[in-house]
Amino acid sequence: MDGHNKLRDLAVSDSGFVFDPYTGSTFSVNLTGLTILRGLKEGHGREDIVGELQTGFAAGDADYHRDLDEFVGQLRNQGLLPLDFSVER
Amino acid sequence: MSSFNSTIAVTGLNATDNPGPGVAVIRSLRADPEFHGRIIGLAYDSLEPGIYAADLADDVFLIPYPSQGSEALAARLTEIQKRAGLDVVIPTLDAELPLFISLEAQLADMKVGTFLPTRDQLDLRSKAHLAALRGKVEIPVPATKVINDASELYEIHREISYPFFLKGLYYGAYRATSVDEAVHAFHRVVAQWGLPVIVQEEVRGDELDVVAVGDGRGGLVGAVAMRKTFLTDKGKGWAGIAIHDPVLMRLTEQLMGALRWRGPCEVEVVATKDGGYHLLEVNPRFPAWVYLSAGAGINLPSAVARLAAGHEVKPMRDYRVGTMFVRISLDQIASLEDFERITTYGELRRSAGSAQ
Repeated sequence: MDGHNKLRDLAVSDSGFVFDPYTGSTFSVNLTGLTILRGLKEGHGREDIVGELQTGFAAGDADYHRDLDEFVGQLRNQGLLPLDFSVER
Repeated sequence: MSSFNSTIAVTGLNATDNPGPGVAVIRSLRADPEFHGRIIGLAYDSLEPGIYAADLADDVFLIPYPSQGSEALAARLTEIQKRAGLDVVIPTLDAELPLFISLEAQLADMKVGTFLPTRDQLDLRSKAHLAALRGKVEIPVPATKVINDASELYEIHREISYPFFLKGLYYGAYRATSVDEAVHAFHRVVAQWGLPVIVQEEVRGDELDVVAVGDGRGGLVGAVAMRKTFLTDKGKGWAGIAIHDPVLMRLTEQLMGALRWRGPCEVEVVATKDGGYHLLEVNPRFPAWVYLSAGAGINLPSAVARLAAGHEVKPMRDYRVGTMFVRISLDQIASLEDFERITTYGELRRSAGSAQ
């Protein structure tokens, strides 16, 4: 199962509880992670996701991009995204 | 499923920290809203915990241990049949299966239905013969060797690299990283389970399990895949979660086809980090966690009971992924009278009101 399909099939609750139906693994993400995860699931690009973060949180532009990249890295480490996945600038 | 009104006997009431599957099978049958029959527990020991759960079995009878042979079991089942009127028997323990299989025709003559594999099928999936499945299914089988003498361990590293597991024919697995540990483990397995001992290559990864029912014609009646999320010190799953794994389901279907498996089984695989799967074992009976199947929407024990009774069962595929089980230990209060009945008379007849 490739990471793209996996991400699409993740069950994500409003509280940030995430269930991977392929492995049975569960995760908890904070509001920032939830915003990014939902954006990725819907196939949004970097600018869209950063825009969604700007709407919900008060931080600098560099912080949004760093949060996005770090979170994508965590998803890769958990096998939820392909190892070569990145959000294009 | 349609209304079902049979008297079903179930073994394996030994719900200990290494539980037999009988209690889970009975709970699954009770969970079928269309089941209106009676359940008879068959126990080997008067302290098997499932005997004392009044909401499980209507009646309980002691039966002779498998070591006493098929004649003793046949005689006891004939007596139980006369007294309780069995329609179906579901054996749930590895060690008793050869006896029940050998009695299948005799039970059929007594109008007691079973849904069991043949002796050949049972042997083909045994740990000792699992390697013979290589080539018949896509899933790799770890290197395996059957040994009958500890001296064979001094040369075995030429065929199977350390670390490896030494397993009993029915149960028990010890990991060995050196010949000293292997010899020690060999004697532990022999002391508990006898010969032969199976040496199996270690494959590292996540263990996944599937409870499945084969129709005996190469088809799959239904299956639920599960990942253990909490293990006991014996490596037993104390909690688990139903998962969606299309590859694992395809492999299970292949396995049912290759074995032409009839009845319930548990398929144990290891999923490696590179996405591969390795077949560890095919246990020839329901696992102790089979109640998860009923909880997830595919009641496999009920399906087997119906098939054993000669009913049609449509293939079942869709279950609720994410359904979890979390096992619990409870102290039951048991009455001295119940203990007396099962100990003295070999039976506890709740439906009849008292011992006969």
